[in-house]
Amino acid sequence: MSRLELISPEGLRIDGRRPNELRKLTAKVNVLSQADGSAYLEQGNTKVLAAVYGPGEPRQRSKVVHDRSFISVEFNIAPFSAGERRKRTKGDKRSLELAYTIKETFEAVVITTQFPRSQINIYLQVLQADGGTLPACINASTLALVNAGIPMLDYVCACSAGSIEKTPILDINYVEESSDSPDVTVAYLPKVGKVALLQMEARLHIDVFEKVVALGTDGCIEMRSKLDTVIRQGMQQLVNQLEQ
Amino acid sequence: MQVSTNEREFVLEALRSGIRVDGRKPLGLRTVDIDIGADYGHVNVRLGKTQAMVQVMAEIVAPYPDRPTEGQVIIHSELSPMATRNESIKSAETELTINRMLERIIRKSRAIETEGLCIVAGHKVWRIVINIHFLDNDGNLLDAACIGVMAALLHFRRPDVTVIGQEVTVHTIEERNPVALSINHVPICVSFAFLDDGQHPVLDPTLLEEQLCEGDMMIAVNAHREICAIQKAGGLGMETSQLMLCTTVALEKGQEITEMIQKALAEAKTKML
Repeated sequence: MSRLELISPEGLRIDGRRPNELRKLTAKVNVLSQADGSAYLEQGNTKVLAAVYGPGEPRQRSKVVHDRSFISVEFNIAPFSAGERRKRTKGDKRSLELAYTIKETFEAVVITTQFPRSQINIYLQVLQADGGTLPACINASTLALVNAGIPMLDYVCACSAGSIEKTPILDINYVEESSDSPDVTVAYLPKVGKVALLQMEARLHIDVFEKVVALGTDGCIEMRSKLDTVIRQGMQQLVNQLEQ
Repeated sequence: MQVSTNEREFVLEALRSGIRVDGRKPLGLRTVDIDIGADYGHVNVRLGKTQAMVQVMAEIVAPYPDRPTEGQVIIHSELSPMATRNESIKSAETELTINRMLERIIRKSRAIETEGLCIVAGHKVWRIVINIHFLDNDGNLLDAACIGVMAALLHFRRPDVTVIGQEVTVHTIEERNPVALSINHVPICVSFAFLDDGQHPVLDPTLLEEQLCEGDMMIAVNAHREICAIQKAGGLGMETSQLMLCTTVALEKGQEITEMIQKALAEAKTKML
């Protein structure tokens, strides 16, 4: 197999980015009429739609938690989202794990004790997958939750990072992800200054690992200001509509 | 089952004075007992009271069309109902996490050299099936499973084959010496739980500590000081400095456990002779 040159001698990556550069982020909140909160997010070519319903009456009695609300996450990836058309069944282990990871992350950040005996539903739909599905889903969920007016400790900002030939790279795309590069996903709470989620695949030496995590965290901090702008824009739009 | 307030207070109070309920230090490991069976690839592991049984098998199958020269590795894990109090939803999630984490540790980090498992490209490859049964759950199933799987993989021998053209002959163990798998590196998983507002990280948590913890983290490391997988979701956030501390501890403990596995294997070898 011929090896793809993932980083050029000039230090540019396959899509022309510098190693510490995020992909272009475009996002919008309030995209669905029925959901309590919703967001559409594009991170490079990865496109995700998120909808939040709740807090509301739990659908299953047995799941009720008496002192807080619980979050349920449904994750779906469209068959046309990647290069090869492939339908993932609902019980697919990878999808289930992803949903579970997102649920765990948000249950710690959403102030669930304010809504005892209730349920918050997050629905995620990946329309196009070009690497970094998990971070994109987390960012979209954050936007949708804020849009739904659900209290949280902080924005959960997520970002992936990797390493090619010992150069740490930020926000990796599909080509970089499917090469042998390690794949680190960090979700960070910028105001609290704590890591909410950390996931890693493939092998990475401890010395490089530190740098990659630091880079990922920096990416998350940058992400926060971007997400914040999106929220403020959404709010401004609402204000404009009211004034008219 | 919920933990009573008294019990919780006792565990936390003990931890604040630097000791755990079972007498360990916060970053101490329970006794690891690796029992290598008579068959190739059969291992029983005891981590304190947690017990897991691992059996590795090999079979010949057709390769995946997109990977004609690579063997397959399949991991099945089962949390038997006799091992744990039946909390159906929770145990399904635990099982999923364990299974996915093992896939990451062993498959994604390429612990087994899959190209070495090819017999005839595009037609026949070895499929290595790893079966894990959890017999008793006293917390930290993943670490026990990981130790068991790595010991079993290192101990396992597959039958030798000869290939003439497209003709494949499988030799029985009596006929020819069976062949060991080629293992690239030995990843070892080390789990932490964070108790008492995340102030006290404890290594190798028991079931009680797992029920009380606010967050957990699993780190898989190998002897080359590489990190093979990390999973930390939910629970309280964590500062980066604490994270680095945990990885350093994990590296140290990983080394210790690797040595234990090597020792157990060496003992099993002398016993067989």
